[in-house]
Formats: sequence, structure tokens, C-alpha cells
Amino acid sequence: MGKQTKIEIGVGILVVLTVAALFMIALRASNFTATFQDRPTYTLRAYFDNIGGLKVRAPVKLSGVVIGRVSTIGIDPETYQAWVTMKIDQAYRLPLDTSASILTSGLLGDQYIGLEPGGDEEYLADGDEIEITQSALVLEDLIGQFLVKMSDQGGEQ
Amino acid sequence: MLRFVQWLGHHSLSRIRAAGRLGLFLFSLLPALPYALWRVALLLKQVYNTGTLSLPIIMTAGLFVGMVLGLQGYNVLVDYNSEEAVGTMTALSLFRELGPVVAALLFVGRAGSALTAEIGLMRSTEQLSALEMMAVDPLKFIFAPRFLAVVIVLPMLALIFSALGVLGGYLVAVGWLGVDEGAFWSQMISHVDWYDDVINGVIKSVVFALLVALLSLFHGAEAVPTSEGVSNATTRTVVQGSLGILALDFILTALMFN
Amino acid sequence: MDVHIRVENLTFRRGARKIFDNLSLEIPRGQVVAIMGPSGTGKTTLLKLIAGQLTPEKGRVLVDGEDVHRLSRRRLFALRQRMGMLFQSGALLTDLNVFDNVAFPLREHTNLSENLIERLVLMKLQAVGLRGARHMMPSALSGGMARRVALARAIAMDPDMIMYDEPFVGQDPITMGVLVTLVRKLNTSLGLTSVVVSHDVQEVLSIADYVYVISQGQVMAQGTVEVIRNSDDPYVRQFLQGAPDGPVPFHFPAEDYKKDLGLC
Repeated sequence: MGKQTKIEIGVGILVVLTVAALFMIALRASNFTATFQDRPTYTLRAYFDNIGGLKVRAPVKLSGVVIGRVSTIGIDPETYQAWVTMKIDQAYRLPLDTSASILTSGLLGDQYIGLEPGGDEEYLADGDEIEITQSALVLEDLIGQFLVKMSDQGGEQ
Repeated sequence: MLRFVQWLGHHSLSRIRAAGRLGLFLFSLLPALPYALWRVALLLKQVYNTGTLSLPIIMTAGLFVGMVLGLQGYNVLVDYNSEEAVGTMTALSLFRELGPVVAALLFVGRAGSALTAEIGLMRSTEQLSALEMMAVDPLKFIFAPRFLAVVIVLPMLALIFSALGVLGGYLVAVGWLGVDEGAFWSQMISHVDWYDDVINGVIKSVVFALLVALLSLFHGAEAVPTSEGVSNATTRTVVQGSLGILALDFILTALMFN
Repeated sequence: MDVHIRVENLTFRRGARKIFDNLSLEIPRGQVVAIMGPSGTGKTTLLKLIAGQLTPEKGRVLVDGEDVHRLSRRRLFALRQRMGMLFQSGALLTDLNVFDNVAFPLREHTNLSENLIERLVLMKLQAVGLRGARHMMPSALSGGMARRVALARAIAMDPDMIMYDEPFVGQDPITMGVLVTLVRKLNTSLGLTSVVVSHDVQEVLSIADYVYVISQGQVMAQGTVEVIRNSDDPYVRQFLQGAPDGPVPFHFPAEDYKKDLGLC
């Protein structure tokens, strides 16, 4: 086997391994496929009193299925409410009276937006606002409420 | 006191002078680089020397680093009932930091030092002079293909390192500790971003590659043509290369993930 | 006389040490010219100055009437294709075998077919008697063989001149004889100008047409071999006879010995 052949085979092995590594990282270990499956989306906007730990790129789920992602988060300077825009896959049409709530996956998991479709005959279009919203449950508030209730009950006894 | 100030001045001056020479070296090397693309055989040989021959150490190290990450991650995460996140943790640490950084550190030791020694010896055996006398520019013939090969090869090795690391994490977490396979991969897919994590890691390793290539060639070219001189030059490449990689990594991380 | 290389008023210093001080010499075309002098007189430096690898502080070097240090890099490289240089160590490229080393300049500078290159390389190797060693790697060659391969490489491009840097140093008598004959033979058969830098007195005097003896940065003596042999100059006599003490003192300049030992 010539020296040049050895070098060529060696470089070939390096290239094959790199391509294999890239494929594995792209297909199994990152959202590469999602990024490149750029399906057309439309944008919806919603206001919340409190978004808790919601982050950009958090999933938007309908009946547990991811149909979009949070694209931007901001605050309304007049009402001090948080606003969230999300990009929804155009394959899914949502009734006008759809409600959005910020939920948590598991007890300590990441937060996402859960959509609950209503019964309206008309559908939300690009740029529309989801009007019925429910803020994130903040654990500290919940515990606070729970403690107040407990002490109230204690007082009644 | 005065002595100390003089010592300080002397050393600062010599450092500045060395930095100046490094800059000049880069400046004279840049116009020679396109030549390396034209001489494919020379380039391939260097890709083989620096890349293919580094594969065993890179692959073994990647696998073990991934296995350790899997084990340590599991031990921490199991307390929070979220051991499925061990895949995410392994992958993110590898893609963002450990892949580019550890691969580059191993590469300095394995290939960077070899390049410095090779060029130092070429200088001491008058091979570089002989090339000049044969009207062949060593910058084009010796330095450019090596520089380009390092810049091409190191990102490839870092990717292979990371991929094997993820595999190592998978083997430990799923194969040994019984984490659910589906959860392991799906968590990873939903939390690892192609651009923010993977591509940024690749950019890091390109920057490290530029540093390693420049340092190892420069120290080779500057080596005093004695056996002690060549060994000192090799040491300088490894020490300055490793510290440079870590410092650059901090700067890049601050720029990318902030 | 057709002058091939002319060195004019050359001054060159390394750090504070003046290696050449207003040195002038002429090398006629087609002759074997020896430049002799004790080690450390900068003979190798002179060759590097002629080849344009070093730049002098003052003075100039003309090769075929071209000022070496004023040429553009491209013109200088073109000029170097007409120069051959034999380095002390041979300076073969260690990752190529003997054949590829000799073929190297041809492959770099010409578009000849592999077929033709092979024939040329074998001719050059035949000239130095190493056609049979064509597949060996430089690490497997003895010092003398490496120099002969380097010589074949130096004449690969059919240059007008060859510069030999200490070609005989450290060789056994047989190898030395081979190299001496080769230098003379190549000079006559290829019509080369040969510049031999050396301090091996007998070998050099047996082949040189003209000799320069340099010391302390200047030409101490010059002339044909006869002139040099019969020179009365005490310095030249010391050098030719290899006397340990004479105009060139045995002791490196130092303080008074007694004073150094603290005896007075």
C-alpha cells in the first residue's frame, strides 16, 4: 500500500467520523431537524399578570402536543402586564375564544404555555391576541395561601 | 527595588517584542495561505498527520469524559427526580465547553507539540534554508499547509469528541443506570439548540484552532537550533497553547452565552 | 576574465561582532574557487550573503551583474534556480526518499512529465554514484551519502554555479576522496562555477583553481594554488601547516594570566 493511499484512507476515516458525529448531533441530540423543518407559522400575542419562569423558546402545547414556541417576552409599560408572543404552526387553527395558561411540566419542571380551545366558529389570525389567560402559579404564593387558610381554620376551631 | 523595576521592564519588553514577532509571523503567513488550498497533496498529508493520528486519543477521551459526565450528572439529578435530564446536561456541557476545550487541549499536546518539534528540527537541519535555496518558499510549502490543516481538523475532532461523549453518557445513563431511553434523547432534543449550542461550540473550536496553529508554527520557526532549543520551544507551545485556550474560552463564553 | 560573482565592500555584523569588514572578492566563471579560513570566520555566512538569505549592512553582491539584495523576491527566487547549494548536513527533506528529494526541485519548478523527471533524476543519481539508493530514506544514509544525494539535488536544475558549504568536513578518507573527485568532475563536465568553502587544506588545494584565504573579516591572501602554497605570509603559512600558535594566537584574548590567577 503506497504512502499516498494510506494518507487518503486516513483522511477518509476522519471525514467519515466527522460526518457521522454531525449526523448524530443533528438528528438525535439537538433541535436541528426542528430548525430546518421551518414550517410556516403565525404569531399570536397574550397578556399575563405573571409569567413565572417562562422563557423564550418555551413550547406552546395544545392537549399536550407542541404546536409552537414562545418567540418574544416583554412588559407593557402602561399596564405593567407581561406580554408574550408565540409562533404557532399554520397547520393548527385555533378558535377565537381559545384560552392560554402558563403551566409547569411536573412539579419542578420547565414552564410552558398550554392552550385550551373554545367553541367559537371563527379562528384566530396572524397578530391576534388571546384574551383569556391564566398566569403562572407561583409556588410561594400558593404556599402562602395554603398557610393563611390553615391558620383561619385553626382559628375557627 | 530599582533592580526589580529593571527586571520588570526587561521582561515586559521581551514579551512585547515576542508578541510583535508573532504578529509579523502571522502577517507574512497570511498571503501564503491560499497556496495551501492549491497543493491538495501537501494539505492532505498534514490533515492526516494532525487529524487522523489524533483520532485515537480524541475518541477515547471523549468517550470517558461523557461517561463521567453521565455518572456525575445522574448522581446529582436523581436527588431531584429528574434523572432524565442527564442527557441534556451531558450534551450541553460537551457541546458548549468540554468538546471544544478538551479536544483543543489534547490537540495542543498531541499535534501542536509535534508540529513545533518538526519545524524546529527542520530549521536545525537546515531544511528550511535548503528550501529557500531551491527557490521554494517555506511559508507556502511548509507553514501554510500545516496552518490550514490544523484549522480544518480541530473543529472536526471537537465534533467527534462531543458525539462520542454523548454516546458515553448514553451508555452509562441508559445502559447501566437505567434512565429511560426515550426520555434521555427527547429531553436532549428539546433543550439543545443547534445554533446556540452546537454551532457556537464549533466557532469556539475554530478560534482555538487558529491559536494552536499560530503558536505551534511560530515557536517551531523561532526555536533555537539545538536539542534544548527545540524542547523549550515545544514546551512553550503546550504551555502557552493550553493557557491561551482556557483564557479565550472564558472570553468566548462571556460573549456567546451572556 | 569573466566574473560570475562579485562581492564589493561587504560589511556584515552579527550583534556587536563584525564578521566581514569591507570584504571584496571576485569569482570567475567556470572555475573552482576555494574560500578558506579558520572556523568562525563566517565562511558559511558569506555563502548565505551571496545567496541572498542574509542582507549585508554595507556593500553589495553581484551575481551575473544582478545585485542580489535589491532583487524582488520573485527575481531572487528565479536567480536561485540557477544556483545550487550544498549544505554541511545535506539538508535533505526527511520525509521524502532519495529519489523524491532529487526530483523535488524539478517537480516544484518545471512541468516535465513524470517519465522525463524519472530519467533526469536517475542521471543525476548516476553522476554521484547513488542510483542504487534511490528508494532509501535520508535517515538510512551515512553522512557522506547524504551529501552526495544533496549534491545530486543541487545539480537537478542544471544550475550555473554551486556553493559547497564545508563539503569535506567529518568524512572518512574514502568518502572525502569521492567528494573531492565529484566536485572537480562536476565542475568540468557541467561547466559550473564552484565556490568551495572549507578549511580542509590539502583536499581544497588539490582541486581549486583560485584560492581566497580570509580572516578577521578580510581577505588575507589570494591567488592560484601555487601562489598560496609558496606564500611567505606568516598567517597563511600557519594556516596551511596547521601550527597551533602563530599570528593566530593559541589563546583566546584574555586578561593577563597571572593577574587572572590573582598572583600579582
